[in-house]
Order: sequence, then structure tokens, then C-alpha cells
Amino acid sequence: MESVKELLIILVSSSLVSNVVLSQFLGLCPFLGVSKKINTAAGMGGAVIFVITLASAVSGVIYKFVLEKFHVEYLETIVFILVIAALVQFVEMFLRKAMPALYEALGVYLPLITTNCAVLGVALTNVQKEYGVLTGIVNGFATAVGFTVAIVILAGIREKIEYNDIPQPFKGMPAVLLTAGLMAIAFCGFAGLISV
Amino acid sequence: MNKAGERLFNGLVKENPTLVLMLGMCPTLAVTTSAVNGFGMGATTLVVLALSNLIISLLRRVIPKRVRIPAFIVIIASFVTIVQLLMQAYLYSLNKALGVYIPLIVVNCIILGRAESYAYSNPPIPALFDGIGMGLGFTVALTCIGAVRELLGAGELFGLSVMPDSYEPALIFVLAPGAFFVLAALTALQNFVKARLRKAGKPYDKIGSGCSEDCMSCSDKGCSRRFYDASGEEEQAAPAAGAASQKEKS
Repeated sequence: MESVKELLIILVSSSLVSNVVLSQFLGLCPFLGVSKKINTAAGMGGAVIFVITLASAVSGVIYKFVLEKFHVEYLETIVFILVIAALVQFVEMFLRKAMPALYEALGVYLPLITTNCAVLGVALTNVQKEYGVLTGIVNGFATAVGFTVAIVILAGIREKIEYNDIPQPFKGMPAVLLTAGLMAIAFCGFAGLISV
Repeated sequence: MNKAGERLFNGLVKENPTLVLMLGMCPTLAVTTSAVNGFGMGATTLVVLALSNLIISLLRRVIPKRVRIPAFIVIIASFVTIVQLLMQAYLYSLNKALGVYIPLIVVNCIILGRAESYAYSNPPIPALFDGIGMGLGFTVALTCIGAVRELLGAGELFGLSVMPDSYEPALIFVLAPGAFFVLAALTALQNFVKARLRKAGKPYDKIGSGCSEDCMSCSDKGCSRRFYDASGEEEQAAPAAGAASQKEKS
């Protein structure tokens, strides 16, 4: 039971307490770029959950059974980025053939995710924190859920403030960044929730 | 020599990757909690950028066009790994402070952007200096942002207390929200300058950043597209990049 508790703690801390975008600044580009509408933000979030969970599973298995076995752990960065790039492309092809409905929903967002530093960041964090394969998958899933929560909230706020009267130089990105900063303050409130 | 100086100036001022092109925002926000951290991250990126530019430029006739992006990534990732191992050995505390952001230099779009838009179509010496110039620009920008955040958030500069005792540090500036606020101010300043330039009849346009857009508006037409569309878009992008570098030469 101890391990279930541990997994739950990771779930909460990775998704809320140390939110991937708002406190670790990973995946900032899609966070700012694809957050104009709630619908697209949710689609992006779904795709990110899918890819990060899968990528942390694959990278965890590769690290444990290939890199560790042959004592070449120092190759992790090179191997992970190639694996992630190949994986995303493979997922895209597979979804197009096998699950056209899901591909319709997620397809456009998949290519955006390859260079998303959140994917590589999660894979590397899993190694750094010495998570096992299962713990790594849970951590990846939780991180991606945190991303989705943040991007959907930001999209909701952006829809509201789009026509607000703000000073000319602050129109557009600066206003969005200020919003993100305020959201980050709000997420600071989770800090005392769990001590890892 | 003139060429080398021009590349350095270009990276430091004219096309400063952080302040003008707005590329590589993730590390910019994450590690600038103090001037020292910002400087360390900038210097690390500089080394990787200069070396990868040099090697990519040397190999530019060997790397086939269709697989150039994966080839760039492997070269960049190799240098990042080398630098990371060296830092673990000799600069342990800095390595610890920068943490996961060191290996994440691989996905820093400045490096891939320079490889794509400059190194792949130019001889090695200018490419090396282009990398050094861009790296210096990044370092200066990161150190400045780090210094501002450290000054406001802790009342210190490079770890030394410089503010009068009556100054109450606004801790929020070294925490995550402060990064967003500083960047917001920076972007607003840039918008202001752009508007001024436009009014003065000197319209500001982006030049050869490699990405079609900066990080602030990286969306479905953003840099990540280049990993995939080996057919249509890349064929169009390549002459455009060539033209941009031609323009720079003249």
C-alpha cells in the first residue's frame, strides 16, 4: 500500500504543486502559442497527455533495459530525443491508419509536441529522480495533466480578456505573460499541500 | 576578420536571440533567478552553439538535405552531453543549480535555428563566429535578466548585497511568477520600440531566425513543423533561408 500512496503523492505534486509550465517553465511555447481558444487548448492538452505518458513509458523501458544494461547512461540525452522524435512520428502514422477518429482530434497537435521541452524534460527528470518504469509513467501522466489544466485555464482567461482595453505596448503577448504570472502566483498556493 | 566581427555584432545586438528574436524562452525564464545562474546558462549554451555551428558547417556538404534535422539534433545532443559531463566534473554546484535545463539545451530553438538558417549554408569560420556572437547575445541577455531579478528579489547582485538595508526584497521576483512579469515587461518594451521604429519609417522585420515565428507566437506554423514536412514546406523554407543569408552577406 505504501507504493500506492507514493504514486498518489507524485500524481498531486507533479500536476499541481510543481506545475510543469507555471513553476518549471517547460513547454512554454505551446502554452503561449496554442492557448487562444479553449477548444484547441484542450485538444493540445489531450495530445500532450497521450504523448508524454507514452514517451515516459518508452524512455523508462529503454533506460532500464538498454542504457543501464550496457552501462551507457551518459547517452540518455541523445537517445531520448531521438526516441521521442521517432515515437511522435510513429504515433502519428499509427493513429492515422488505425484510429482515424482519435487522429482527427489530436492529429494537428502531434507534430507540435516533438520539440516541446516538456516531453524530454519529463523523461530526464524520471531518470534524475531514479523513478522506476511505473512511477515514471505516473509522473509523466501527472505532469501532462498539470500542463492541460494550466493551458485550459489560460485559454479561458485569454478568451475573456481579448477585447479588454489595455495599453498599446502591452497588447498581445505581454498581457498573456502577465496573466500567466498571476496564474503562477495562484499555483504557488499549492506549495504547502504536499511535502515531497 | 571583418566578417567575424560583423557576425559577433549581429548576434550581440542586431539579432540578439533573446531580446530581439525572442527565441529560447524556456531556459531564459527558468534559470535567471540570479545573475550567476543566467551567466552560467548563457556560457554553456554559447559553447554548445559555437561548436555545433562549426561542426554542422564543416559537414554541410556531407549531410543530405532530407535528414538534416535529425543529423543536427544528434550533433547538438552530443555536444550537450560532453558539456554536461564536463560540468559535472568541474562545475558541480552550477550544474546542480541549472539541473535538468542543461540537457534541455538540446531543444533550445536558438541552436537548431542557427544550424538551419546559418551554419548549414555558410563556411565554417563565419559559422563559428555566428555561434559565438549569438551565444554572447544570449549570455548578456540572460545575465541582465538574472541581475534584474536578483536585484529586485533578493537585493543582491552576483551574490553581493548592494541594496541599502531599508530595501525590502520583493521575493516574488526570484520565484516563478517574477519570471513571467519580467518577460512581460521585456516584450512590452520590445513592442514599444517596434511601434516607434514603424512610426519613424524604419519597419522592423525579423531576419533569418530559422523559425518562422518567435517563441511567443510559436503555434502550428512554428519551428516544430520542420521536423516533419520534408516535402512542401521545407523546400520552400530552404531557398528562403538561403536568400536571407545572401542578404546578410551583402
